[in-house]
Amino acid sequence: MQSATHDQQAPVGTAALQLEDAAVSRGGRSIWRGVTLRVEPGEYVAVLGPNGVGKSTLLQAILGLLPLTSGSLEIFGRPPHQAASLIGYLPQRRSFDSSLRLRARDLVRLGLDGNRWGVPLPFAPGGREIAKRIDEVLEVVGAAAYAERPVGELSGGEQQRILIARALVRRPRMLLMDEPLESLDLGNQQAISALARDICRTEGVTVIMVAHDVNPILGDLDRVIYMAGGSAVIGRPEEVITSEKLSALYNAHIEVLRTSDGRLFVVGQQPEAISYHAHD
Amino acid sequence: MIDALNQLFSYQFMQNAFLAGTTAAVLAGIVGYFVVLRGEAFAGHTLAIVGFPGAAGAILFGLPQLLGLAVLCTASGLGIGVLGRGAVRDRRAESAAIGTIQAFLLALGFLFVSLYKGLLEGVNSILFGTFLGITREQALLLLVIAVVSLAALMVIGRPLLYVSVDEPAAAAAGVPVRALSIGFLVLLGLAIASTALITGALLVFALLVMPAAAANQLVVRPGPAMVVSVALALATVWTGLTISYFTDLPIGFLVTVIGFVIYVTARLVRRLGRA
Repeated sequence: MQSATHDQQAPVGTAALQLEDAAVSRGGRSIWRGVTLRVEPGEYVAVLGPNGVGKSTLLQAILGLLPLTSGSLEIFGRPPHQAASLIGYLPQRRSFDSSLRLRARDLVRLGLDGNRWGVPLPFAPGGREIAKRIDEVLEVVGAAAYAERPVGELSGGEQQRILIARALVRRPRMLLMDEPLESLDLGNQQAISALARDICRTEGVTVIMVAHDVNPILGDLDRVIYMAGGSAVIGRPEEVITSEKLSALYNAHIEVLRTSDGRLFVVGQQPEAISYHAHD
Repeated sequence: MIDALNQLFSYQFMQNAFLAGTTAAVLAGIVGYFVVLRGEAFAGHTLAIVGFPGAAGAILFGLPQLLGLAVLCTASGLGIGVLGRGAVRDRRAESAAIGTIQAFLLALGFLFVSLYKGLLEGVNSILFGTFLGITREQALLLLVIAVVSLAALMVIGRPLLYVSVDEPAAAAAGVPVRALSIGFLVLLGLAIASTALITGALLVFALLVMPAAAANQLVVRPGPAMVVSVALALATVWTGLTISYFTDLPIGFLVTVIGFVIYVTARLVRRLGRA
């Protein structure tokens, strides 16, 4: 990690995300516990693991939507309920209906003030700054060319860029993305991952992305959080995605294969077979 | 032509009809934008059907028709909202709740009609609209309902738009999604009660859905889309009332035909514009 990406406002040494012996449960059932990990400001981190292991739950805990049952969780040194303004969030979703006739630009704007009461009036003061900020963020995600078109008519990759723009429009210091690559083709998966990396490097935003397959994003990532067996480990991909580490995490025999072009495959006892919950 | 229009407005019942029609069109045009955006035409249809027992009950108990409509439509909107969804929107639970409420209240309307022997002619106007019976008091009550509803929409407009297009993201941004969704159904009830006074309970979509759906074809920005929706609703109701006055064709039929033509035209315009 380069220290240049540290945020000036944060005291030196403050983590973007810090969990200490953290645990959550849902409906009385423990999802994960004993999770201790630290993400530095400006890192690009993927959250990996089988379905139902609690990857989305981790994002919800960070967002303060789900309280911890024990341990602590801090975002830039603050508890989750005081950190909402620091976080941009992309919920998991398939895509917008093709019948949604709302201009992409207006969807981005909802990220700026969609949670405020009232209605935007045509000639209200501040309108020009708002338009300028939306232009900027559309430029950052490379979506300026189709910002005037209705969202429903955009492709999956284009919609994802618009949603990233919406999550970034308030200049958050952390971007949480829940399976943004799902339902995209390989080329778009790589393009969105490259965009996430660029946002880290040029905007200094910490990106935490839940992903199903590590391979399309492997070259861009700083580190991965691998969740399995009710716990989690963090480290560089080549440290974490190994037969030893994953076998210990799953408490089962796991083998990690590396192809000649560097792609990773987790085999042996299929991780998917171990998880018995369809979805978190 | 001018003489004819002067003659039209010289009657108080026509003044009342225009006042009520204009008010209902403005409210329906704006609320309709959200109905189309949220895909809640089925809920709208049910609240409209609920207008039938509302109006019939009011006549049976000697109350103003609009009062019966407003009370039952908003109460049903609240019922659908509360029964039909938990923390997140659930289309199956919603449609089950809607179907249940619809059948029960339709039966209630039938009961009211059976109890009130002299209502036979009234049933037609409750279902398919009339502009002859609108009193000044009803028109003013309608105005009050519309002003209150629009004021409420001014307050919740932006978060309601967010919830309507992306509920999970809105929830994560701290928008009270459940309260807003229920609140919108109550406003929808008020808009439908207002519209039903002109178009009848069965034809409220002429003002509530058709203009908004046409505007949605033509404009992709929320504010301008609402303005176009209101303009189309006004054009519909003014043309309908005028033709109805001079030809004696029923108002419910006329507004629906005009709305239909506008919607089909809007689709054609969009298709041609794309080609």
